[in-house]
Amino acid sequence: MNIVVLVKQVPDSGAERNLRSDDNTVDRESATNVINEMDEYAIEEALRIQEAHGGEVTVLTMGPERAGESIRKALSMGPDKAVHVVDDALHGSDALATSKVLAAALGTVNPDLILCGAESTDGRVQVMPHMLAERMGIAALTGARKLTVDTNGAGGATLTIERQTEEGYEVVTASTPAVVSVWDTINEPRYPSFKGIMAAKKKPVTTLSLADLGIPAAEVGLAGAYSAVVEHAKRPPRQGGTKVVDEGDGGVKLVEFLASEKFV
Amino acid sequence: MGVERLLPTEEAGQLLELTRELADRELAPRAAEYEQRGEFPRELLRLLGRSGLLGLPYPEEYGGAGQPYEVYLQVLEELAYRWLAVAEAVSVHTLSCHPVAKYGTELQRKRLPEMLGGELLGAICLSEPQGGSDAAHLTTRAVREGDYYTVSGTKAWITHAGQADFYSVFCRTGGPGASGVSCLLVDAGTPGVLPQARERTMGLRSSPVAQIVFDDARVPADRLVGEEGRGFRIAMDALDAGRLGIAACAVGLAQAALDYATEYAREREQFGRPIIEFQGLSFLLADMATQVAAARALTLAAARLKDAGRPFGVEAAKAKLFASDVAMRVTTDAVQVLGGYGYVADHPVERYMREAKALQIVEGTNQIQRLVISRAL
Ligand SMILES: Cc1cc2nc3c(=O)[nH]c(=O)nc-3n(C[C@H](O)[C@H](O)[C@H](O)COP(=O)(O)OP(=O)(O)OC[C@H]3O[C@@H](n4cnc5c(N)ncnc54)[C@H](O)[C@@H]3O)c2cc1C
Repeated sequence: MNIVVLVKQVPDSGAERNLRSDDNTVDRESATNVINEMDEYAIEEALRIQEAHGGEVTVLTMGPERAGESIRKALSMGPDKAVHVVDDALHGSDALATSKVLAAALGTVNPDLILCGAESTDGRVQVMPHMLAERMGIAALTGARKLTVDTNGAGGATLTIERQTEEGYEVVTASTPAVVSVWDTINEPRYPSFKGIMAAKKKPVTTLSLADLGIPAAEVGLAGAYSAVVEHAKRPPRQGGTKVVDEGDGGVKLVEFLASEKFV
Repeated sequence: MGVERLLPTEEAGQLLELTRELADRELAPRAAEYEQRGEFPRELLRLLGRSGLLGLPYPEEYGGAGQPYEVYLQVLEELAYRWLAVAEAVSVHTLSCHPVAKYGTELQRKRLPEMLGGELLGAICLSEPQGGSDAAHLTTRAVREGDYYTVSGTKAWITHAGQADFYSVFCRTGGPGASGVSCLLVDAGTPGVLPQARERTMGLRSSPVAQIVFDDARVPADRLVGEEGRGFRIAMDALDAGRLGIAACAVGLAQAALDYATEYAREREQFGRPIIEFQGLSFLLADMATQVAAARALTLAAARLKDAGRPFGVEAAKAKLFASDVAMRVTTDAVQVLGGYGYVADHPVERYMREAKALQIVEGTNQIQRLVISRAL
């Protein structure tokens, strides 16, 4: 099975993150950049499917030059090769433009299965799998907490996911080719090994520009974006918490609070 | 830990980065609890093995990572910084593979990938109840009968006893003294290999230590490592390298105590200001920091000699002696910096202090190191 995993480099959500003051885009220069956490689960799932069914795993990233670090990190976990779409004109692209670029890049690999994280920790819009599926005319199975692959012997497969919902899960199936997005409940990603890190240096990374993909620069980037961040402000300082005084009904109040925050 | 490291290669930098990631995420959060329960983290060692950290200084053709000691020791140091018992386990395991990797037959070396990959855990059986320092007079006997050796005797203080899959056992096949000692690679499952009840140790409680009784254990003759009578040389060779491992463990532990004490002294206030502002304490911390840096430098200097193929045994003895004494002093001082809080188990420094003591004893007591050093003067 030919699998592509979408991997995005994002600012570390555990560290201080900012938007740029000049164009209100995510500040990627001064941040510590890491692989979007959810994408590591997608990589792990791809590797497990490869271990069971064979085939090839390709990492696909759209991002600036420095996203190459994240590609090497992803490859050190085990995928075979990578495609890096890099072009200065891509800066500030919205989700719609990104999906156009990724769909074009996916066309060069011709995958049976496209895996990605359910959301990225910087954008959190969760629309990429749907947009890609729409553009490519294939099915989108989104928000998987479990994925089963039944190969049909003719190179294709039936994919079944447990789609995580607030109440439980739904079972959704599709046949390949398809896009599947995963949550962090799906598996436990492996650590890269030292050998994996060494091997990653020798794995092929194909670099593609907008011209290579035949996409005019005007259709992407800040200028081509349908949505734009007009202004931004720092998050207000944290408010004092709620104090619950136990007047015999402390337990009830606590549960009410937890329920209002959707913890229970 | 904010240590500036000079590493020989870019790949070494990536190895250290991987080590820190694993250690921060998998070791640090578990150390205190495992120590308290006295639980051996076998699964974590498997993880380190899969990650390639259990065979670092061995050739890649045997499944190792082909790293110089200079790099391997800094990995150990980072591990010891989070959890000494795991670093010691890595050091002991790495050492237990040394006889086969360096002196083993091709047949014996066939198992190296599993050993270095961490699927099989190793231990070193040298010390005995009646003699640790005077290893040349060990009494465990191995008698050759046909295609087998029959091993009988008792080994003491064996790290990984009962957990290991194989033991590098030093035993007497010939006459008295060093020239009568040989090395056997013994499977843990061999009938007659009997690990005893665990010792109740002062520290390093997640690392099992026990006697092993060899009750006429039959070991195939092709498990002899090197020739008969070579065992003592093999043991001393392994110990030279092992001393560097212990030195690196000591540096990591001392650095952990220093960092913890420094952080505490910045936060804790007395007489209206942070206690680090009292010169009595800040100078104490300055001395601790200087000793840790000196211990690291001495250890890595000895490692670089080894990596260059030069004689390094005496320098390794100096490094082990100095670094473990530094670890003892610095951890003791760290308890002092925390005052009463240093004396209770809510903070890790009392554990560090208990752990440091072991480093002055294992792989040759510090008196024996002085013996080695003074004889070379
Ligand atoms: C936690 C722990 C783990 C260990 N793990 C292992 C292991 O995995 N494998 C293994 O084989 N062993 C292991 N050992 C054993 C360790 O190597 C011995 O304890 C050590 O070599 C000392 O031997 P001993 O305990 O018999 O002390 P002794 O040799 O009896 O020494 C007692 C004291 O006399 C001093 N002394 C002895 N000879 C001289 C001399 N010539 N000059 C001056 N002073 C001298 C010593 O320094 C010491 O202070 C371990 C020990 C501990 C505590």
